[in-house]
Amino acid sequence: MTPLLQGMVTIVVGVIGCVGYFYVSNWIVDHVIFPARGPNAGRNINRANRLRPWLFLFPAIFALGLYLVYPVIGSFWRSLFNRAGTEFIWFGNYVALFNEGEFRQSVLNNLMWILVVPAGATFFGLISAQLTDKLSWGNVAKSLIFMPMAISFVGASLIWKFVYANNFDIGLINAIREMFGAARPVDVLQIPFWNNFFLMFILIWIQTGFAMVILSAALRGIPEETVEAAVIDGANPFQIFFRIKIPQIMGTIVVVWTTITILVLKVFDIVYASTGGNFGTQILPSYMMTYMFRDDGRATAVAFVIMLLVLPVMIWNIRQARREMR
Amino acid sequence: MANTAEKVAMQPGFTLQTPARSRVAAKTSALNWAVRISVILIVLLWLIPTLGLFISSFRDRDQISATGWWKAPFAVELTFRARAPAADQRLEDGQWIIEGSVFDDPEQSRWFPDQTGEVTAFGNRGVAPAEFPAGQTAEIRDGETLRVERDGTFVATSSEEFSGAGPRLYFEALTPPRFTLANYETVLRADNMDRAFINTLTVAIPATIIPILIAAFAAYALAWMEFPGRALLIAAVVGLLVVPLQLALVPLLNLHNRVGIGQSFLGIWLAHTGFGLPLAIYLLRNYMVGLPRDIIESARVDGATDFQIFVKIVLPLSFPALASFAIFQFLWTWNDLLVAKVFLPSAAESQVMTVKIADDLLGSRGGDWGILATAAFVSIAVPLLVFFTLQRYLVRGLLAGSVKGG
Repeated sequence: MTPLLQGMVTIVVGVIGCVGYFYVSNWIVDHVIFPARGPNAGRNINRANRLRPWLFLFPAIFALGLYLVYPVIGSFWRSLFNRAGTEFIWFGNYVALFNEGEFRQSVLNNLMWILVVPAGATFFGLISAQLTDKLSWGNVAKSLIFMPMAISFVGASLIWKFVYANNFDIGLINAIREMFGAARPVDVLQIPFWNNFFLMFILIWIQTGFAMVILSAALRGIPEETVEAAVIDGANPFQIFFRIKIPQIMGTIVVVWTTITILVLKVFDIVYASTGGNFGTQILPSYMMTYMFRDDGRATAVAFVIMLLVLPVMIWNIRQARREMR
Repeated sequence: MANTAEKVAMQPGFTLQTPARSRVAAKTSALNWAVRISVILIVLLWLIPTLGLFISSFRDRDQISATGWWKAPFAVELTFRARAPAADQRLEDGQWIIEGSVFDDPEQSRWFPDQTGEVTAFGNRGVAPAEFPAGQTAEIRDGETLRVERDGTFVATSSEEFSGAGPRLYFEALTPPRFTLANYETVLRADNMDRAFINTLTVAIPATIIPILIAAFAAYALAWMEFPGRALLIAAVVGLLVVPLQLALVPLLNLHNRVGIGQSFLGIWLAHTGFGLPLAIYLLRNYMVGLPRDIIESARVDGATDFQIFVKIVLPLSFPALASFAIFQFLWTWNDLLVAKVFLPSAAESQVMTVKIADDLLGSRGGDWGILATAAFVSIAVPLLVFFTLQRYLVRGLLAGSVKGG
């Protein structure tokens, strides 16, 4: 019970602390440092207003700096040192990693994940967004397809363990194989190469709902006239979908795609809980965890490789956001 | 009949016009059916795995491993073991005979409390418990026979006197489908999942509330205050949105160790707060920018300070965005495995549910499907509840976060 109590105290302290900080700092600026009276009242008000944004931003900038900016630099710096952190070895950790078969396998697998999962989730999301749109019970269907979004990756791995199990009476896949006359069950998570795809499907299953919700909103935002014009010109439903609708929501499709790509590079839970990285299913995030607590140099080196893979998407995102603000 | 025809005629797809028109109508309705069937198939594919887990969690542990969850409503054939008690034997025409019923054995009281049942097969060896169909007389070895009838009565004969407690016999009988809460009891009591549940709650709630406050002030500054470097800060937030968590683990854990926080709840709250901030600021700023300028301008003209505008106008109006982020952050912290593994001690008393399942149950209870299903369901029950009650806000938040970004 103690941690729970501690949690409540933290909530109270945190909330009062935050509100108190904003209120008190604001008050001090307005009444003590730059009081809006006396001979310099006008100048003081201006100065206070110039300072105020930074008062509002300070806690966020501090937390972001400490918990996200510092680690990027800190991780890179740490990855240049040996295991104990005592000796500077330049890129020794990276060289050692590239000489490891498992690391190369993780990179290859990760590239497959990056190709397959966003494509699969966007594809299923687009199909279900389009198909459920006109149905009277479409919202119920959407809700059910969206549901896995709420489930943890660990929970999802367990759910799919019941589908993939190496047992005719537990695993659905093996039960179906038995129906078609298979003599003995197979462990699909041990089939070389293809087991990766079974794991990827778990993430596709989770992310399809996300893609569907966003693409569905985008499809609804398409101007009615463009579709009507196509109907009058005699376009069939498939032509309308592929030639009229898809081009108009291309921007949103790209956003969905990149968002899922970034997620793929972070998720280690599925591989960790399903195969533990065995049978040739290792990916970078789970590979990093094999070094975590054992060799900080290697662990940070793997993390930085992940960062390098994310970097292009990050730059693209920032450029996109800046263009939009203009 | 006339009534039916009328009903058909009133349906939108029905038409009495030219053949060409009705061909088009037929094509459209075929397409409609194709659409419906595909949607049903997708929904089933998306729902069935979760349904399987849910049903399995309520099944009796013997039945789970005997038949698939999709056969849960049907009777299950289970194998049992019984003994022909040597004490009951009698000598008849030079043969030693034991008669009785397999259901009399107290071992069977769990499944056959009224001592009746239906035997489908029997055997005398544990490796082949269903070697012979019920009703057949089985030759076991020289001069020894065994027969079990469908109603459970058995006859064992031997040319020599039965020794010891009497021969073992195995049989297979139909058991009615049984649903129980026993798995939940085991998981929550014996497996300490209740502790893990409370730990998860302890991690998730402060880690949801604290970042909202910090982010709301920052988002207001980024949305409605003019100052140099604003665009740069917004770009930085967008960039930080995608920084992989993995980078933060080693430096921050070392930092926490240096300042004395170590692996603790305080540490994980701080970590989740930091990691959740970019999304919080981004979502809230996107929402606040869209608030009507008139309201804020007129409040300024009336002499309200930024602090007052924020607290009295912007914050209440931003409730939907606050709710969206709160749901995201709650689901994220509840479901997280990585941050919990690194920032919380690995000892049993501070394990959260995801860690408990992934590191503990999957290893030690690997083959115990009922326990695994139940543990998983306990861990996903709260997110599912949040999801189904607050879905509206979740969808709104997703849209604010992504569509605008395109």
